[in-house]
Amino acid sequence: MTKRQSISNLVNSLKEKKISVQELFDQFHKVAKENKNNSYNLVLDPDYQKSNIETSQERYSTGTNLPLDGIPLGIKDLFCTKGITTTASSKILSNFIPQYESFVTQQLLNDGAIFIGKNNCDEFAMGSSNETSHFGPVVNPWRNQNKPSEELVPGGSSGGSAAAVAEGSCVASMGTDTGGSIRQPASLCGLVGLKPTFGSCSRWGIVAFASSLDQAGPITNSVEDAAYILNSISKHDFNDSTSSNHKRDDYLKDIDKKLDHKIKIGIPSDYLKNVTPEITAQIENTKKSLAGYDVEFVDVAFETTDYALSTYYIIAPAEASSNLARYDGIRYGVREEGSNLDDIYLNSRTSGFGDEVTRRILIGTYVLSAGYYDAYYRQAQKVRRLIKDDFQRVFQEVDFILTPTTPNEAFKIGEKLDPIAMYMNDVFTVPTSLAGLPGISLPSGLSSNGLPLGIQIIGNYFQEKKLLQLSNLIEKELSFNE
Amino acid sequence: MSNNWEMVIGLEVHAQLKTSSKLFSSSPNLFGSEPNENVNFIDSGMPGMLPVLNWACIEKAIKTGFALNFTINKHSVFERKNYFYPDLPQGYQISQFEFPILSEGYLEIDQPDGSAKKIRIERAHLEQDAGKSIHDIDPKFSFIDLNRVGTPLLEIVSYPDLSSADDVVNYMSSLRQTLMYIDVCDGNMQEGSLRADVNLSVRKPGGELGTRCEIKNLNSFKFIRQAIEFEFQRQIDVLEAGGSVEQNTMLFDTSTGETRSMRSKEFSHDYRYFPDPDLLPVNLTDEQISQIKPSMEELPHEKMNRYINEYKIDKEISKIIIAEKENTVLFERMVNESDVAPKNIASWLVGDIFAFIKDKNIDVISLLEFTKDITDLLKLISDDVISNKAGKEILPQVLEGKGKPSELVKKMGLEQVSDTSELEKIIDEALVGEEENISKFQGGSDRVLGYFVGKCLKSTKGKGNPKLINKILLEKLKK
Repeated sequence: MTKRQSISNLVNSLKEKKISVQELFDQFHKVAKENKNNSYNLVLDPDYQKSNIETSQERYSTGTNLPLDGIPLGIKDLFCTKGITTTASSKILSNFIPQYESFVTQQLLNDGAIFIGKNNCDEFAMGSSNETSHFGPVVNPWRNQNKPSEELVPGGSSGGSAAAVAEGSCVASMGTDTGGSIRQPASLCGLVGLKPTFGSCSRWGIVAFASSLDQAGPITNSVEDAAYILNSISKHDFNDSTSSNHKRDDYLKDIDKKLDHKIKIGIPSDYLKNVTPEITAQIENTKKSLAGYDVEFVDVAFETTDYALSTYYIIAPAEASSNLARYDGIRYGVREEGSNLDDIYLNSRTSGFGDEVTRRILIGTYVLSAGYYDAYYRQAQKVRRLIKDDFQRVFQEVDFILTPTTPNEAFKIGEKLDPIAMYMNDVFTVPTSLAGLPGISLPSGLSSNGLPLGIQIIGNYFQEKKLLQLSNLIEKELSFNE
Repeated sequence: MSNNWEMVIGLEVHAQLKTSSKLFSSSPNLFGSEPNENVNFIDSGMPGMLPVLNWACIEKAIKTGFALNFTINKHSVFERKNYFYPDLPQGYQISQFEFPILSEGYLEIDQPDGSAKKIRIERAHLEQDAGKSIHDIDPKFSFIDLNRVGTPLLEIVSYPDLSSADDVVNYMSSLRQTLMYIDVCDGNMQEGSLRADVNLSVRKPGGELGTRCEIKNLNSFKFIRQAIEFEFQRQIDVLEAGGSVEQNTMLFDTSTGETRSMRSKEFSHDYRYFPDPDLLPVNLTDEQISQIKPSMEELPHEKMNRYINEYKIDKEISKIIIAEKENTVLFERMVNESDVAPKNIASWLVGDIFAFIKDKNIDVISLLEFTKDITDLLKLISDDVISNKAGKEILPQVLEGKGKPSELVKKMGLEQVSDTSELEKIIDEALVGEEENISKFQGGSDRVLGYFVGKCLKSTKGKGNPKLINKILLEKLKK
């Protein structure tokens, strides 16, 4: 992988007229248009973006440029974009053109960003390998150096976003994370992936998967780029009742600040019970990289980790089964005809949803059914509370928690056929999601196959600023991108 | 036959809240618009759209809580009730289930013997209304109107404390009256602002409760009564024929006056309620609840007591006035902007004014613009400028806006003759040739006086001041 230019470098180049907005767009658009990794469901025409490019250039000429002016971004095809087909990588929405712009993408537009296209993802963000997309799997730009002909998954569900940034077809991409969908693909593609605290970024206009878990966040080449994006998208939104109205920090300011006081980082031993030495090595590397700083690493033990995955796979499908009820072929989306109403529903939804989505709708319907609700859904909600409490107990002792992001490197497309084996990919990211905590995945090293591996740092609620500062420090010390 | 049986009824009343926008979206909450006119992205269930609670609905619920003696719950939760139907775009209705905003209230209804019966109310919760499916425009297609989608409803669920159609109608009308008084619901049953589901079972007096059937969506007192009477008899017939009542959801056919089964229990939906993750629980503070109280409108029974005690109006007349909130608005406006005795205004209101309203089939509220004219007219009467009879003649003209009372009096030549010398002349003429009657009066027959007054009034074409005529006549006859 070649070293990528950071957002700040690009903004400077644009300011100094070393490159024009048009040239920058063309450079990324050219790669996107090839779409050799199938990371886009839709690439926008330069013509379509003409006026945006011109007004952006105009602002640079008059010195009134905005924070992300002219920066080409990819957008996961889960964000509704006004006038631009938004499919959630599902057949059932394959013809859907929203007449509104999601809150998050609107913030990016307000800050001058220019969209390259809509990134492929798992259907309705349900998947960990981007293989459930109606538009086919995304290919990880990285190759196993021992088996270079094998096509690998980029992770999921924001696999198209990660592959797009890794292949150099956009500077950064907006993803969404429900149980690890930003962090896991970022890890498998050697990138930075930030899932902010639940409530930081509005869910308004994002095709819903599991409302109590979904959170937008960036996949970027660097921690600093993530801060750029977070500054733009983390805002209170009145139209999302779960949006937090706390005062946001300037995440970019002082991002290079070195640690000026002692911090404690907890390493949960229970996360490392069954992982390969290569994964353990990522944690060790990270510890070593901070050896010169006043950081104390302590062993912490969670009591609830073993229950997190099953809790997640009750709550997320339950919410999904209800959130996806609106895709019935009646008002928009793809309709299959039938001789009566029930047939229209049955035919449209059977044909419109893929296997994984169908599976989760069925699981969700089951766990909410009369007679099973208490045993599954209510129980899962109780465990979720315990998981939150468990994190808060640990955060009384430490400032951050360090874990691997995934239990493995990128695997071969089509290799994991068993859904449970696939779900295991999210074992380290899911607890954070259930607790609603911010988590970031950083590239930490390469496997023996030459594939990227990542670490996850978890902060306490709304501690994104400190989380990004520490991540920036670790990134510099690990020098993954050098 | 029904003598051996009694009915047990519980009512679920859906009251549409009188708010400017919907429960979770900013679309206008209006009846009678063009189809799909009041529909936004949230209402139509577009991907990624999120509900935002309209706080006005919480305030209306709290007011209802105070008015119906509820416990107002500080913690309530919106849940999703999941089912598929084309007029339900989200695929679920947002409602309250485990934690409703109001619990354990009651309402008192009048019994025929004048006593009050307490009807306990189990709960009231907020929920979204669905849209409308229209199946009778086209033989092949159904049409969907989403205007009503997301309209705020308060579902008020009574205990099975009602035991006759009269009870139900009394309860429902009292509920309607209260909700209208506190400005929670416009009470328009024809437009569906207030609808009832009737849960009815029969039993032998004092026996165990029978199996109930639910008759859905009744929107007039007449239909409620018909449906109850039919369903009561139907269940009795089933039981007396040795059968058993099955727990069914019934529809009332307004054309035949019969109930028929819509679905039986075994086909009932599993709604898979769960807390809506898009919405936070509603957590109210004591302050938020108590600050609603001062803005509470006067309740019907409070108003009635005031009319009786402060205005000295008869109970029966007070009752007629408070029956509809509009009446009280008209009445109180007249009381407040004039010094005519409230009692006087009240008797004109329930008499000639209501007769006019009924005759012309107009809204009470449409007379608001004439309140000043009405009281001016009443003043002319009490000041003896015109007679009561002339007043009755002028009133319709006033109510039709044909002029100011004083102008109308002149125009119609109805000014009362109160000139003593003129009246004396008329009386003298009337007494000519009435020797026989005069002696009858002097012999002690008071009835003759009425005859003379009538005769004098007739010759003044009703314009003579009857009090004066009476007085002068007496003086003359006693001579």
